[in-house]
Amino acid sequence: MKSFTYERVATPAAATAAFARAPGARFIAGGTNLLDLMKLEIETPAHLIDVSRLSLDKIEKTDDGGLRIGAMVRNTDLASDARVRRDYGLLSRALVAGASGQLRNKATTAGNLLQRTRCPYFYDTNQPCNKRRPGSGCAAIGGFNRLHAVVGASEACIATHPSDMAVAMRALDAVVETVDAAGKARAIPLSGFYRAPGATPHLETVLAPGELITAVTLPRPVGGTHIYHKVRDRASYAFALISVGAIVQKDGSGRVALGGVGYQPWRVEAAEAELPRGAKAVTAGLLAGAKTTHENAYKLPLVERTLAGVLAQARG
Amino acid sequence: MKFDTPATTNPIDQLKVVGKPTNRIDGPLKTTGTAPYAYERHDVAANQAYGYVVGSAIAKGRIASMNLEDAEAAPGVLAIVTAANAGKLGKGDFNTAKLLGGPAVDHYHQAIALVVAESFEQARAAAALVRVEYARGKGNFDLAKSLDGAIKPPPSFGTEADSAVGNFAGAFAGAPVQVDARYFTPDHAHAMMEPHASIAAWEGDKLTLWTSNQMIAWSVGDMAKTLGIPKENVRLDSPYVGGGFGGKLFIRADAVLAALGARAAKRPVKVALPRAFMFNNTPHRPATIQRIRLGATAEGKITAIGHESWSGDLPGGGPETAVGQTRLLYAGENRMTAMRLAVLDLPEGNAMRAPGEAPGLMALEIAVDELAEKLGMDPVALRILNDTQVDPEKPERRFSQRQLNECLQIGADKFGWAKRSAKPAQTRDGRWLVGMGVAAAFRNNINGPSAARVRLDKSGVVTVETDMTDIGTGTYTIIAQTAAEMMGLPLDKVVVKLGDSAFPVSAGSGGQWGANSSTAGVYAACVKLREAVAQKLGMNPSDAAFADGKVRSGGRSAALGEAAADGELVAEDRMEYGDLEKTYQQSTFGAHYAEVGVDAMTGEIRVRRMLAVCAAGRILNPKAARSQVIGAMTMGAGAALMEELAVDKRFGFFVNHDLAGYEVPVHADIPHQEVIFLDETDPTTSPMKAKGVGELGICGVAAAVANAVYNATGVRVRNYPITLDKLLGELPDIA
Repeated sequence: MKSFTYERVATPAAATAAFARAPGARFIAGGTNLLDLMKLEIETPAHLIDVSRLSLDKIEKTDDGGLRIGAMVRNTDLASDARVRRDYGLLSRALVAGASGQLRNKATTAGNLLQRTRCPYFYDTNQPCNKRRPGSGCAAIGGFNRLHAVVGASEACIATHPSDMAVAMRALDAVVETVDAAGKARAIPLSGFYRAPGATPHLETVLAPGELITAVTLPRPVGGTHIYHKVRDRASYAFALISVGAIVQKDGSGRVALGGVGYQPWRVEAAEAELPRGAKAVTAGLLAGAKTTHENAYKLPLVERTLAGVLAQARG
Repeated sequence: MKFDTPATTNPIDQLKVVGKPTNRIDGPLKTTGTAPYAYERHDVAANQAYGYVVGSAIAKGRIASMNLEDAEAAPGVLAIVTAANAGKLGKGDFNTAKLLGGPAVDHYHQAIALVVAESFEQARAAAALVRVEYARGKGNFDLAKSLDGAIKPPPSFGTEADSAVGNFAGAFAGAPVQVDARYFTPDHAHAMMEPHASIAAWEGDKLTLWTSNQMIAWSVGDMAKTLGIPKENVRLDSPYVGGGFGGKLFIRADAVLAALGARAAKRPVKVALPRAFMFNNTPHRPATIQRIRLGATAEGKITAIGHESWSGDLPGGGPETAVGQTRLLYAGENRMTAMRLAVLDLPEGNAMRAPGEAPGLMALEIAVDELAEKLGMDPVALRILNDTQVDPEKPERRFSQRQLNECLQIGADKFGWAKRSAKPAQTRDGRWLVGMGVAAAFRNNINGPSAARVRLDKSGVVTVETDMTDIGTGTYTIIAQTAAEMMGLPLDKVVVKLGDSAFPVSAGSGGQWGANSSTAGVYAACVKLREAVAQKLGMNPSDAAFADGKVRSGGRSAALGEAAADGELVAEDRMEYGDLEKTYQQSTFGAHYAEVGVDAMTGEIRVRRMLAVCAAGRILNPKAARSQVIGAMTMGAGAALMEELAVDKRFGFFVNHDLAGYEVPVHADIPHQEVIFLDETDPTTSPMKAKGVGELGICGVAAAVANAVYNATGVRVRNYPITLDKLLGELPDIA
């Protein structure tokens, strides 16, 4: 870990102002990912701005009947909130499928969205990795890539986004609220929040330098049956091989988002029209253009079969 | 004391303390965090500095240049040790690759430097500033592509690479029912909680090393040899070990580099290997490719049994002895086994819990299941039919005790085996396909010479001192139970001190020999102490009875402590062994039963319940032994379903080098386990009449799970771990 300076701020404005004074600084909240990355010198910020005490830790109703989740709401608190459990069951289930109790106690809503890939080559600084060291190459392509992306990947990077929460958020049409260094607020639909790796996999979101997430909003509840099926080699405490988050209505219509298949939670709205026709048709649309390696080709049938199980469960 | 004739009745047989399910005497220290592990020995030496290891970034080649300027100038840095400035170093007898590499590099994450600084953070930051240029060499990293060049290795620990009895080829060719299949087991990591860690301090030319180690005397010798100093100048202290599983049988880079760092910095230095180094810097259980051929009569009598195994290691290393159990487990007149060894430039392979048998049975016990299916026979009945009470390669040698059939039968009864459908893929529980599997467990018993010293003070407290280690197994407690039984004391009147090389040399912890061997050493020392006590009290040693803290003889009675009224009584002895191990084949036996559910849609495999039935001599402490076995069953479930060091065959290293990537079972994976110990004593092993269970517990588990997966799904996977991607294509179609 490189030496760094640290300051604690009390307001979002103070946070972005602090960044303006120290370009290249990183915001830190729960620190469950950033600290590990700093110890390994994958992230080497010279300055940390601790935003964990900002009063962004509330879950409030919005005017249009949805929820505004403060950026600092802990994963544990979000998962156990009565409104979330009643109206956004998918989110609650996805959250508790992730990490461990201890990590969920520390991890925040905004931090969860911004966690970085778990590609083992990204974590090994001896190996080439375009995400860690742009232009150095991708060791995962041609290497151990059983866990890697099958959609949206590029010649430069086949890493996946590891979040469970984001999969539920994507299915729920979440919107990310931010404020930038100039004090300007904006709302970014989660569907447009992550950047495809292309030739620049080190750029992961559309956030500008110093732009701070203040909240995530969910539109009014859509009802339906909420199921999150996370598939993994062991029963707990593992990242998803793939996951399926689904909201299924009585008439068979619904929404589906996937985890573990791409650089972002994966949802193709057009494919959802096929839901009444079953998993095969939906999967064909969801994973259109998929590109697999010999180690991760199983993800395609796995998505289809998992989705079929989810739809069967939803039918009761 | 020499043990060369089978034991008769002795004080241990009273079983007032020994044999009772006893809580660990070190339990309160462990559960309150007050048992200090090596890295936490803050009080043993003042002014400790911190060392951080730099590992090689390549698997094979040379260090072209190493620039230390930035690291040396970094804040807090006291010294940097490299092969260029460390002076001449030897290599320990138990190490394959050098513990400090350079300029030649033998494997990925081989240590090439140690940075010593005032704080851990400073040492780590400076270590990242060591600039190394490499000349990458061409390495061999793919076992499957190395079979042709594999050689017949020399005998290891007295075991020949090959064995043959009768006419295997002819008998196999002529057998009406045959199995001929290849099985693949991956590289495994010990993945113990406590990483290797050491604190080193020099006083003149004498070194003290507070470390985490299973085999104190071996490691004193290897430290001395590596540093080129006399053994007498090395002291090791390892009272608590946070798991070893074979990974701490030998000294590793932490120990040598702490010593070199302390010498360079002229103050005590502590070094822990970072978690990533546990996978590529320290040894692992090597992958195997195994071919098994079984031939049987239509009635199920095995007539031909052949087992070949290929594994790889660095030059100078040895094979994974995966065929050993096949020489002993089943009858059959025509037999062959063979081991071949390829040179691989991956990190070095070595012992991990039940080396040989663990991967060997992963293959053999699937093959037996396959044979049972071909015969249309129950796999329990097939194993029972092919039992042998003698060494099949040397029929003049009987097993000292062999209750494998009893284990299988009792297990079948308790587990509800009769409910298993012989035809696979028949049982559904909602979306789960449910199946049961069985496998035999087998692990040889080994006895090693072991010494102990016992001290009696005037308050009647007995203190045991031996360099034996407790690697989480319960050694403290069984040694206390042994001394208490021998001296007629309650457990709280016994103090046990372990792990210090200043104490008498024990058998150490490994090969599941520790429990029987180390307590036998304590037994020997206590026999001497009893004689000394009787003599001191003027009693006849041959009829003195030790009970309830008193000694009684010829109508007289005295408190035990009276014998030490005018000074501590000290006795020391070493148990040594004759040739009973040669006369009798001593082994431990068991049966593992497993029930699994496989999600018919996703192929996710979850163990539902497990049962082990063990026949392993006298069980000294059923509670500690049960903990050993359920831990081993858990490790076996991991081997079956998830554990695999992923080899990058281009760059030559294990990619998943952390505990997120190298998955071992979590609590949610292990819902229900049961262990039954047969009531057994084996008088040929020692006066304790005990054997080991810590490795028996893992032997066969993975195959039992694999067979259960087959029974659940009808999909036979011979390539561990059995992950869902290997089932998916053959599961029932989704409607």
